[in-house]
Amino acid sequence: MLELYSVHKYFGGLHAVDGVSFRVAPGSIKALIGPNGAGKTTLFNLIAGVLPVSSGNITFKGRQIQGFKPHRIAALGMSRTFQNIKLCHGMTALENVMLGRHIRSSAGLLAAMLNLPRTWREERDIRHRAMELLELLGIAEFAEVEATSLAFGQQRAVEMARALATEPELLLLDEPASGLNIYETAEVARLITRIRDMGITVLLVEHDMSLVMDISDEIVVLSFGAKIAEDRPEAIQKNPEVIRTYLGETEEASA
Amino acid sequence: MGLRRRYLPLAGLLAAVIGVQLAASATNSTFYLTQLTMAAYYCLVIIGLCLLMGYAGQISLGHAGFFAIGGYLSAALTSHNFTAVSDTLLMRTLDRAGLLLHHQSLYGDSLLSLQPWLAFFIAIGVAVLIAFVLGIPVLKLKGHYLAMATLGFGIIIYRIVLAAEFFGEADGISEVPPFQLMPGLAVSGDFSARVQNYYIAWALLLFGLLLLLNLINSRMGRALRAIHGSEEAAEAIGINTARAKLYTFVISAAFAAVAGSLLTHFNGGIGPSEASVMKSVRYVAIVAVGGMANLWGAMAMGIILNFMSLRGMFGSYDDAVFGGVLLLIMLFAPQGILSLRLKNILWAKRPMTGK
Amino acid sequence: MEFSLFLQYLFAGITYGIIYAIVAIGFNIIYNTTGIINFAQGEFLMLGGMISISLLQVMPLPLAIAAAVAITMVVGALIQMVFIRWIENPSVLRMVIITIGISILIREAALHIWGESVRTLPYFIGSSVTAVTLFGTRISPQVLIVIGTCSIMVLFLSIFFRYTSLGREMRACAANRRAATLCGINVKNMVTFSFMLSAGIGALAGAVMSPITYSQYDNGTGLAIKGFTVAILGGLGNSLAAVAAGLFLGIIEAFSITILPLAFQDAVAIAILLLILFIRPHGLFGSSEAARLKEF
Repeated sequence: MLELYSVHKYFGGLHAVDGVSFRVAPGSIKALIGPNGAGKTTLFNLIAGVLPVSSGNITFKGRQIQGFKPHRIAALGMSRTFQNIKLCHGMTALENVMLGRHIRSSAGLLAAMLNLPRTWREERDIRHRAMELLELLGIAEFAEVEATSLAFGQQRAVEMARALATEPELLLLDEPASGLNIYETAEVARLITRIRDMGITVLLVEHDMSLVMDISDEIVVLSFGAKIAEDRPEAIQKNPEVIRTYLGETEEASA
Repeated sequence: MGLRRRYLPLAGLLAAVIGVQLAASATNSTFYLTQLTMAAYYCLVIIGLCLLMGYAGQISLGHAGFFAIGGYLSAALTSHNFTAVSDTLLMRTLDRAGLLLHHQSLYGDSLLSLQPWLAFFIAIGVAVLIAFVLGIPVLKLKGHYLAMATLGFGIIIYRIVLAAEFFGEADGISEVPPFQLMPGLAVSGDFSARVQNYYIAWALLLFGLLLLLNLINSRMGRALRAIHGSEEAAEAIGINTARAKLYTFVISAAFAAVAGSLLTHFNGGIGPSEASVMKSVRYVAIVAVGGMANLWGAMAMGIILNFMSLRGMFGSYDDAVFGGVLLLIMLFAPQGILSLRLKNILWAKRPMTGK
Repeated sequence: MEFSLFLQYLFAGITYGIIYAIVAIGFNIIYNTTGIINFAQGEFLMLGGMISISLLQVMPLPLAIAAAVAITMVVGALIQMVFIRWIENPSVLRMVIITIGISILIREAALHIWGESVRTLPYFIGSSVTAVTLFGTRISPQVLIVIGTCSIMVLFLSIFFRYTSLGREMRACAANRRAATLCGINVKNMVTFSFMLSAGIGALAGAVMSPITYSQYDNGTGLAIKGFTVAILGGLGNSLAAVAAGLFLGIIEAFSITILPLAFQDAVAIAILLLILFIRPHGLFGSSEAARLKEF
């Protein structure tokens, strides 16, 4: 599905991502973990096309995508959520999800201005599909509420619904559990596995170790921009280098 | 379901337009209609800018430039004498196609100029083309940079019309002929055609408003609002933000150019002040007062403020009034004057719910 | 081109160039402490010129200029305190529009006070025909006064920002507002002061240039857009580069009239502005990575 080969990213003199390679198998849940500043979000932004790679290859469904604009990558079937939720101010939850149908619909500016029959039929379908997704995520009752006024967990759900509305094959989730309490986190975990079961591949960046260990099929560990381990969750937990650089650190911090 | 809510106010506005005309004619005060006609054309610029600023979130301090391109090209092409070049292949072809007008000057010299329809389409075409070419690099800019770049564009247009003999330099162009839209219907400043022109302008404004209302409630309208919210998020769900912004820019430039062209025919001329930075700022001010992302607000404020300004109610403080209005709105009610009042009313009506 | 004519153009270019640099530095000072581009920057120069001209009727020239600078600084401080100080986290768009509104109000006030007429301060030394010979060409001493005054201002500012504690505090605000606050610096006062400083240098430049360029109520817009061009050319916030960029623009403009009609002189600067915005918005000397980190 997604393959990174020797990806580097420099910010001036800072080597933010240092030769990272891994692949994400179709239909799996892969997690990207690492201490703060390890380059996880940077790597995410490289994959989604927000930042250009300095060197290396990224292929998605067998196509090289580095240098593509984010909207082209999205159109290929990759969708994402943001760590600091980015919902559109002044739009209802439903409208936000309807936005996700953008690439799956076609009415252009002229057709929209003239409001042709084809346009409003399409509009009705968009509304219908968006409503279905809100129901799937259990937030249909908030459809007409302004999205940014919802509770934090509900906003995350709306953002995920919006990402799903694009009918992605690969879903990138940037810290889907940050800011959530343990109940909400468990809910998110259930949701992510359900999304995987729908046939959508998931790549997530996450701090919450219990969530990552529970649901991931495979885990990649980053430290100072470089990959130090890639394995199944049980193996990662036993990996001495990971324990030293990551888990060790958190234990010290919590001690 | 949403359609009725969208179109009903338009019908109401149409009724008001007719009502005002009937009242003005009945009370023998049709001179008001002249200013209302001009205000309607200015409003066309304003609702176009409202789409760009309020919905797509891109400021333009150069919209008077597009208005001027429309107006000046229409004026120059329909009022200049092209007899000297009448032998060129282009002019002969146009002549054969019936797109040229032959007439005589007061002194009996033969004059040759372009048919207003042809001039109109050339003017709009040029404005659209310029908007397109300018928009590609300019819309990559944000904030101050975008403001300055569009301001720079406006000043260049202003300098050109002020310096070019073809555009009449400081005097502008006068004696622009009427624009015969169809037999029996012409855009002109004739006193006898006052009522007719009032309806032409308002029909155009209503139609423009209808187009934009449809647009903002569509897939593309949602995309624009998403861009305004967060370009990064909009890109991530597959919206080609560069293209959406560019098309919006072009549409709003076209609105300005159409208004410029028709108002010039209505006034019978155009001067460099129409291209000035102050005019651009005035358009921005009115959109801001109307509440930025509020087509109806922009329209209402556009009519009221332009009408007052055209009636000379602000005297020599005209520009100062618009500057002050802009400043006050941005300081105290960045959501527009309507939001302010609405909020106050709600506040007053809500009973005190002390616990 | 004859050498002495070449020198004439060169000096004209340097004169205007250094004035543009002062406007650009005015932009930079405010931009650095607030992240705002003050669209009313050009109006400070206009005020400096106009107020000096009016005060000259009741006091000698040096005093009139000093008073004009002081008054303009008060105006700068008032603008900041009345319109900007109390706004929390304004959007860039809102600040752009607010400063445009301020510039219009100042301009319109100037129109009602001084009218549309073009005014000028007398030449500080001699008259319009007095000239000194320099490198074999005749130059008005006023040109040298403008260049000298502006150079001294640049020097004074770089010393101020580098070696005085107030200057260092202002630079701290520029680098990181929150950190500066935590260090006990009153950021809001620093911002007020940056408006005063900007207004002051603008007013002084506006006064000394008045005999050459004349003063009129609507001088500000043109100066602002050229100063902005220079600020962008040098990279926003970089004041030494702004001097180089200012001289560059001034000289190009001066020589442009040998091939272009005078009326298009302004268009040259704007064309350069648009070009630079499209190609290198972070400036000729800036780095794109650093520019990415700044908020636009």
